[in-house]
Amino acid sequence: MNKSNFRPWYMIPYMIWIAFFVIAPIVLIFYYSFFDITGAFTWTNYVDFFKSTYLILTINSFWYAFLITFFTLLIAYPTAYFITKTKHKQLWLLLVIVPSWINLLLKTYAFIGIMGLHGPINAFITALGFDQQQILFTDFSFVFVAVYIFIPFMILPIFNALDQLNPSYLDAAKDLGASGWTTFRKVIWPLTLNGVKSGVQVVFIPALSLFMITRLIAGNKVITLGTAIEQQFLVTQNWGMGSTIAVFLIIFMFIIMRLTATKEIGGKKHDKVK
Amino acid sequence: MTKPIIRFEHVSMNYNDSKLILDDISFELEEGKFYTLLGPSGCGKTTILRLIAGFMEPTQGDIYFDGELVNNIPANERQVNTVFQDYALFPHLNVFENVAFGLRIKKVNNKEVTERVLEALKFVSLAGFENREITEMSGGQRQRVAIARAIVNDPKVILLDEPLSALDLKLRSEMQYELRELQQRLGKTFVFVTHDQEEALAMSDEIFVMNEGKIQQSGTPLDIYDEPINRFVADFIGESNIVEGRMVRDYLVEFNGKQFECVDGGVKPNEKVDIIIRPEDLVITTQGAGMIDVEVDTQLFRGVHYELSTYDADGNEWLVHSTKKAEVGETIGLHFDPEDVHVMRLNETEEAFDIRMEAYGGAEDE
Repeated sequence: MNKSNFRPWYMIPYMIWIAFFVIAPIVLIFYYSFFDITGAFTWTNYVDFFKSTYLILTINSFWYAFLITFFTLLIAYPTAYFITKTKHKQLWLLLVIVPSWINLLLKTYAFIGIMGLHGPINAFITALGFDQQQILFTDFSFVFVAVYIFIPFMILPIFNALDQLNPSYLDAAKDLGASGWTTFRKVIWPLTLNGVKSGVQVVFIPALSLFMITRLIAGNKVITLGTAIEQQFLVTQNWGMGSTIAVFLIIFMFIIMRLTATKEIGGKKHDKVK
Repeated sequence: MTKPIIRFEHVSMNYNDSKLILDDISFELEEGKFYTLLGPSGCGKTTILRLIAGFMEPTQGDIYFDGELVNNIPANERQVNTVFQDYALFPHLNVFENVAFGLRIKKVNNKEVTERVLEALKFVSLAGFENREITEMSGGQRQRVAIARAIVNDPKVILLDEPLSALDLKLRSEMQYELRELQQRLGKTFVFVTHDQEEALAMSDEIFVMNEGKIQQSGTPLDIYDEPINRFVADFIGESNIVEGRMVRDYLVEFNGKQFECVDGGVKPNEKVDIIIRPEDLVITTQGAGMIDVEVDTQLFRGVHYELSTYDADGNEWLVHSTKKAEVGETIGLHFDPEDVHVMRLNETEEAFDIRMEAYGGAEDE
């Protein structure tokens, strides 16, 4: 940006927003994390976090977030690939994205209806002559619904990466003797890795702190960091412990963002060197 | 030496049953020669390249590689490598790994990979650049990496798809020399695609001039320049003055209302023909001293020569290239020799043309 045209006061609304709705809440969370349930200053929240209950919770959260991200990627990558191969890519992409415009809560309720004991899936199962199945409130339903909700967010960055891939790279790989699979492994995948990383970021991080789906679909059978925070604040009224978990969640998020940070391919920083 | 490496037999190609891209093409390429497919965009030259590379299959006809039918052999199983128009160097790999790509796929051991890659880079004068990123290389250097990536696999044929078009003029003429020299050192068959006639003339052993999915004429640069088969080739290769005329008898042709000696024959008396005279074959003399008199309309300084646009009494334009200056508006005489007059029959096939050349056109080659 040209320095003489730079007007710092254009930034003021944004700065106010950041200060009130990003920095202040984080500071508050950090502050509350040092108080116990009676309002006395304490370190015990941090000590408690490293006790087995919360560690298991953390591992649990990571495990489910991993499962959700993994299955989302498994479905999103091929889907994005085939969309780039279709004739009307923008239309297909739109169809994939449209569900993400519908309110999350509505979609979640819809799944309660679909997967419930008297829902269409069970109706189908009993029609085939099998017994009624408990689908709702299982690990499966939790991961399934979460994957469904995250798929558009994963497809979008991967689609963009694939769509920008110069088709002559594929010709070149083939020309140099690469089979379809080798071309994917050695050219397509590394060149679309940035898209995958962005996708993983936008899925893994929210998946880590899911609580609404955990609550409604998994029926609190799956306890994650997100549900734990909700419990501490709303049920136990232990704001200190809730804040401490939130502090760790924020730290985890930063670590994940660092890990999935995208690099410019081919050392673009040297681009000016001719 | 003259073993055919690639043979096209009546190859036709059309996309989705619509436009004919290639129309019954047959030719043979010999081992170790530099071939150029020359033509305007959309003439089908790149399609031929992609057919040889194996990126597409012909709609009709057969393609033979080294004596074997290869219609259905995919690109990754052919002993052919391509230098792409945009080079298509992999941006996530450095220079070394780009060149090594083909060898790694063939599971060549590491030691040999290193040896061959470094040798190939040395061959294209890029020794010491192996650890550079592709984005750090200039256009000309990228071009050479692309060539190294092709030759390192030791293919029988190297295909080059307008590889010089992205370079600036000076670099382009330098690369012309380099490519030609490289091809001679390697002794491999090069098939070069271009729309630039100068490039084609400078580098090739043999040129295929193409238009609208057909090979118009094939031959050495000299043959094609001196004896173009038709108006299209004459116009496309170099600059030319083309006028309509009439063959009086062998070695005598009439145009501009006068009869001129020429070295062509084998045409029926009184047949209508096109006459071509190259601008550089016209010599300026004083009015009345030449074969025809023309009036100078415009004069452009082209560096090495002047380009004069002149008109004769019948209104035909005559382009003249001369180191001598003339005055605009002045009437001058133009002189040319019988061997400068090239006679083209209308709609002559290449076969008939070759036979006629064999019988009559040899005068200036001797």
